Amino acid sequence: MATQHSRSAAQFMMMPAVVLLLGWMLVPLVMTLYFSFKKYLPLRGGDLGWVGFENYARFLSSSTFWPSVQSTLIIVGGVLVITIVFGVLLALLLDQPMWGQGVVRILVIAPFFVMPTVSALVWKNMFMDPVNGLLAHLWKFFGAQPVEWLSNYSLFSIILIVSWQWLPFATLILLTAIQSLDSEQLEAAEMDGAPPLSRFGYIILPHLSRAITIVLLIQTIFLLSIFAEIFVTTQGSFGTRTLTYLIYQRVLESQNVGLGSAGGVYAIILANIVAIFLMRIVGKNLDA
Amino acid sequence: MGNITLSQVTKTFGDVEVIPPLDLQINDGEFVVFVGPSGCGKSTLLRLIAGLEDVTSGKIEIDGQNATELPPARRGLAMVFQSYALYPHMTVRKNIAFPLKMAKMSEAEIKKRVDHAASILNLSDYIDRRPGQLSGGQRQRVAIGRAIVREPAAFLFDEPLSNLDAALRVGMRLEISELHKRLATTMVYVTHDQVEAMTMADKIVVLRAGNIEQVGSPLELYRTPRNKFVAGFIGSPTMNLIEGPEAQKHGAHTIGIRPEHIEVSASDGPWQGVVGVAEHLGSDTFFHIHDSGLADPMTVRASGEVSFRHGDRIYMTPRTDLIHKFDTQGQRIA
Ligand SMILES: Nc1ncnc2c1ncn2[C@@H]1O[C@H](COP(=O)(O)OP(=O)(O)O)[C@@H](O)[C@H]1O
Ligand SMILES: [Mg+2]
Repeated sequence: MATQHSRSAAQFMMMPAVVLLLGWMLVPLVMTLYFSFKKYLPLRGGDLGWVGFENYARFLSSSTFWPSVQSTLIIVGGVLVITIVFGVLLALLLDQPMWGQGVVRILVIAPFFVMPTVSALVWKNMFMDPVNGLLAHLWKFFGAQPVEWLSNYSLFSIILIVSWQWLPFATLILLTAIQSLDSEQLEAAEMDGAPPLSRFGYIILPHLSRAITIVLLIQTIFLLSIFAEIFVTTQGSFGTRTLTYLIYQRVLESQNVGLGSAGGVYAIILANIVAIFLMRIVGKNLDA
Repeated sequence: MGNITLSQVTKTFGDVEVIPPLDLQINDGEFVVFVGPSGCGKSTLLRLIAGLEDVTSGKIEIDGQNATELPPARRGLAMVFQSYALYPHMTVRKNIAFPLKMAKMSEAEIKKRVDHAASILNLSDYIDRRPGQLSGGQRQRVAIGRAIVREPAAFLFDEPLSNLDAALRVGMRLEISELHKRLATTMVYVTHDQVEAMTMADKIVVLRAGNIEQVGSPLELYRTPRNKFVAGFIGSPTMNLIEGPEAQKHGAHTIGIRPEHIEVSASDGPWQGVVGVAEHLGSDTFFHIHDSGLADPMTVRASGEVSFRHGDRIYMTPRTDLIHKFDTQGQRIA
């Protein structure tokens, strides 16, 4: 976009999309803000008028709020670490020439096509069930007491399920990034005397920094709002109540729309804090 | 020291034999150029020497030591790649320092060597930039800098100038030759451009389909090409190769005569033809001559400005002592 003319033309062309997106975001946002200042109990009297910041104060002071922020951050952080570390390793592995490469790649990507609800149910019933699950059988085979995954290691189990879903995404993006690395750079490093680990650290990892940043940002956006995995497994018990799940409980289980909306606003604030934090750390990788 | 000896080295990819058994001796301090058409295996040969490819069979010795199984880093060679292969996220300084850092040299020594290399190569002004902010010629110099700081036994260059524009190429050619004179280190240089080969080499290795066609100094190859392929490949414009009755007169299957060894005249000479395209370079003029009954076209060089027009009849007199004769196999006859 070099000239004044082409710039204004570009702005003009982008207008419809911008307007649509703004409307798409603004309407729910304004409604959330509107309800958050009201006492609104659909089954117990409906709209009971304005209450100022009462909902905000109640949501914040409830004993469930901070634990829910904490479990949200643990789940997001845990999934990010697992998917990126294993994503890089898997991508390195899949980049090696091997027999049946095409099939293996499709298999690796497959979990991403499974709906979150379905995959969580499969994990819950087929793997983690303490009586019939495959893991229970494995434990019993070695003579150990089967683990009650979802009640005793509930957060870890959720992280595992969600990581399994997101690992393909990370792997796929990182694999394309690895494939775009000029092989002569690696050869040059080899000739310069860099052993494999140094080649990884000095050449491959810096080359991947952009892709890792993208994976980090995109996944964070989606992970902050995971819901189905918790809904079909622990229902928010055993310390797995994330902020999203707490809001769901307030709005639908307690039928308190005002309180839930205030929670929604907190969720927006939390997401923004996380986003600012991430951009500070990794954002510079996105500059060309 | 930088003696490199290849004995009976072969390389096959799958069932394609890219390098048939090959012997070659590269002496310490020599500037050796591998030249040949694209796809003839020059890069493969260089990568075999570098250790980036494993030989299928045969032996590579560097300074008398068997290096066939040594990994690239332990061969003491430095390579400059066609794409430069600079590390994009490191500054020029870090790029040049990388091999030293990998060799666990002290910070002070690294700084000294990098500064020295940067001053030799006129890189001091760009030392804190990244490769992306440099021009092609500057990147090339960084790549060379990264190679020289290690003080390798030999340098390997794979078509290092092919990404540069013509003027810069001539400049870098001189700089590399200059560097060779200054360092007196063995250099192995791959190119498909016979002009680069002729101007830079102490010893040229002409390759065709992985075979060494001839090894020799530029002038040896120019004066006594061992076969038709070398004759046609070395020299610019290329030698005129003539078959048929004219060749039989000289007792050969094919005769070759270089454009610069033919006199032209408007009135008399044993050969004649019609002027086609004329290329005026100022110092020389090259005429492409048709309908001579010899080769079509015949190329001849005339010094200075000669006034033949398209379609003019032209007479040619070859310098008979400089006619090359080849037999049916294309091999040189005496
Ligand atoms: N890794 C490889 N796998 C299969 N064939 C290769 C490989 N590298 C090179 N070749 C083949 O070997 C031949 C020589 O290649 P190369 O050495 O790159 O030629 P040059 O550098 O002279 O242009 C070519 O026919 C090329 O297709
Ligand atoms: Mg090549």
